[in-house]
Amino acid sequence: MSHVDGNALAGDLREIFAVDLTAATGQCSGCGYKGSVASLRVYQNAPGVVARCPHCEEVVLRLVRGRDRAWLDLRGTVSLEIPLP
Amino acid sequence: MPIVSPGFTGRRQSPDVQLPPGQYLAEDFPVLTAGPTPRVTTDRWQFTINTEAGQRYDWSWQQLIELPAEKITTDIHCVTKWSKLGTRWKGVSLDVLLEDVETAADFALVQSYGSYTTNLPLEDLVDGQAWIAYRYDGEELTPEHGGPARLLVPHLYFWKSAKWVRGIQLLLEDEPGFWESAGYHDYGDPWREQRYQGD
Repeated sequence: MSHVDGNALAGDLREIFAVDLTAATGQCSGCGYKGSVASLRVYQNAPGVVARCPHCEEVVLRLVRGRDRAWLDLRGTVSLEIPLP
Repeated sequence: MPIVSPGFTGRRQSPDVQLPPGQYLAEDFPVLTAGPTPRVTTDRWQFTINTEAGQRYDWSWQQLIELPAEKITTDIHCVTKWSKLGTRWKGVSLDVLLEDVETAADFALVQSYGSYTTNLPLEDLVDGQAWIAYRYDGEELTPEHGGPARLLVPHLYFWKSAKWVRGIQLLLEDEPGFWESAGYHDYGDPWREQRYQGD
């Protein structure tokens, strides 16, 4: 099953955050690679959305959408640098 | 008494088909994956049970397939709402693999090639409820469906039936797995519709 790029996260993340996080720069806690959220490898055909580092393939973001809640797990991300207007 | 046409009841199902709440019947076998598909050859494959006391029990592929195997026909229920009825598997019961394992553990963390994990009570892995399955529908289990071998624990939502299984860590305390630590239910009983935390 192939992945898509991180732009596929835009809709799900916009539901939670007020800014477009696909333009943010994240750092992978596994290998230290820095890149835009849009450059992540996103697996959507799963019980939740899983975004992996394009360099080491470790999980950097998981998002589960429940009936009236969402769970966002960012333990694979050191930080997100978010451009503000 | 109002008459309701079957045409207004959604997906048509045979009246004797019983599905858990919120599920629909799938005719195909959807492939769900949270990452790249691990390609594990049987000459490199190994299955390990580690106990809470640090004891280790290993099986090679050859040792696994020489153990007494069972043919299992069972319904499976995915948390993404599809169910598939009468799936046919072949595998080794966890009762066989745990027979000589000395443990006081109450919990298990199942580990896969590719670093996926899932947790469940140890009592759900014994008494004919769980298998290490290596054949599906008369064929070798393909990598897309978890081959060379996957856990089969069909009385729980199918995310508990870890693909590409490589081992079990026995634990005194429960430890949430990949989906259980990201909002999914710790136990996952489809008949009680335990999809998310709090269900």
